[in-house]
Amino acid sequence: MWTLYKKEIRSFLGSLIAYIVMGVYLLLTGLFLWFVDGNNLFDLGVASLQVMFDISPFILIFLVSAITMRSISEEKRLGTLEIITTKPLTDRSIILSKFFASVSLIILTLLPTLFYVYAIYNLAQPVGNIDLGSTAGSYLGLILLAACYASIGLFSSAITDNQIVALITSMVISFFFYSVLSMLGDIDWLDQIGKSLSWFGLEYHFDSISRGVIDTRDVVFFLGFSSIFLGFTQLVFESRKW
Amino acid sequence: MSIKVNKLTKYYGKQTAVNSISFDIPSGEVVGFLGPNGAGKSTTMKMLTGYIPPSSGTGSICGIDIVENSIDVRKIVGYLPENNPLYLDMYVTEYLTFMAGISEVKNIKIAVERAIETTQLQRERHKKIGQLSKGYRQRVGLAQALIHDPKVLILDEPTSGLDPIQVVEIRNVIKSLGADKTVLLSTHIMQEVEAMCDRVIIINKGNLAMDQSMKSLKKENSNLEQIFRKATNHVDTV
Repeated sequence: MWTLYKKEIRSFLGSLIAYIVMGVYLLLTGLFLWFVDGNNLFDLGVASLQVMFDISPFILIFLVSAITMRSISEEKRLGTLEIITTKPLTDRSIILSKFFASVSLIILTLLPTLFYVYAIYNLAQPVGNIDLGSTAGSYLGLILLAACYASIGLFSSAITDNQIVALITSMVISFFFYSVLSMLGDIDWLDQIGKSLSWFGLEYHFDSISRGVIDTRDVVFFLGFSSIFLGFTQLVFESRKW
Repeated sequence: MSIKVNKLTKYYGKQTAVNSISFDIPSGEVVGFLGPNGAGKSTTMKMLTGYIPPSSGTGSICGIDIVENSIDVRKIVGYLPENNPLYLDMYVTEYLTFMAGISEVKNIKIAVERAIETTQLQRERHKKIGQLSKGYRQRVGLAQALIHDPKVLILDEPTSGLDPIQVVEIRNVIKSLGADKTVLLSTHIMQEVEAMCDRVIIINKGNLAMDQSMKSLKKENSNLEQIFRKATNHVDTV
């Protein structure tokens, strides 16, 4: 499994996609945080990374889908899936190594933004007047959220041998679980039903963890959500045997 | 017995791809697996390598059941799928090192060197697979199948799409391997079988049509092409 994980990481870093994803993420968050009029740090006058954490879930929908879109679909198209599935590896270990490789790449993408934390920490008045607890919670939330997106992405990649179809499917499903479900909570006439449905949305739990209180229920929700989609991926994988 | 197949059957939906075929292959034999397109050659090979399970019937490789202990079977089988799929953006050595790693090879460096030597890839080892010609890609595919020094080699059309010189080269590699490994290779080129194999198994429309050693065929002094026609037509009329 370790060999497969290393190969996935190497093929990410050997392809342009990894650098585009990192570049786009840093560019967009940087722009919104420091430069875009109206909402940037200086306009708000509050030493916090909130702007970045507000837009990141949406940027990540696109970026994580872009990372995972080829991971299985491309192997299907090339036929290499037949080689690795006839090596002494279980289907589960193949899927998990692809999953962890994608999550690792996202963590690598988030790392440079720690510089923003350092900058804002020193810009704050007095120095250090920023809510580190909430910031840490938000980072953990982003990683867990990206893990959920990655599991959706792998599932989408497993159902097709076309990267573009995988990309679009993954974005639609991710958007549904992040945004659409939580919007249902705001519809008046849905009342309690809407509120209950919004609990199943990723945004509800991301907001909760971002406040800086790391509630095990939220963590369990994210991990359970990823496991379910990884399970679906495995089902699709095994459908060749039916 | 190195490969033992008993009433192996595969249905794709309602269609019967392989219909209750049985054969035994002793170790060290090179067997040509013949049949027209769509006869069920690839399906049989996919079942033997654990890619898909049989609908019914059993099979074993070196005494290990292909369904019950699929993972153990894969450790002793080298498989070259049809059309030789490869990661085109990897370097030859990188690819073989990766394959050795997932095949649970103990000493990866030695295994890679040995595979490169056997398939004579020394000059191309630092190239990207995508840059190689078809013949060399085929060698990389073979090297991948050989990387863990398997007891049994299953090769699905190893020479298809190669030019005559490359065909001879690949044949020689396979022949040299046959000295200490059991090889099951599919093809629809008759000369190939005559050049490499100890034995011929012909299947047609999923049914076993013929299973005979090359020696006894040569004794009968018959032309393999005619035998092939006869075998496949024979089943047609049944």
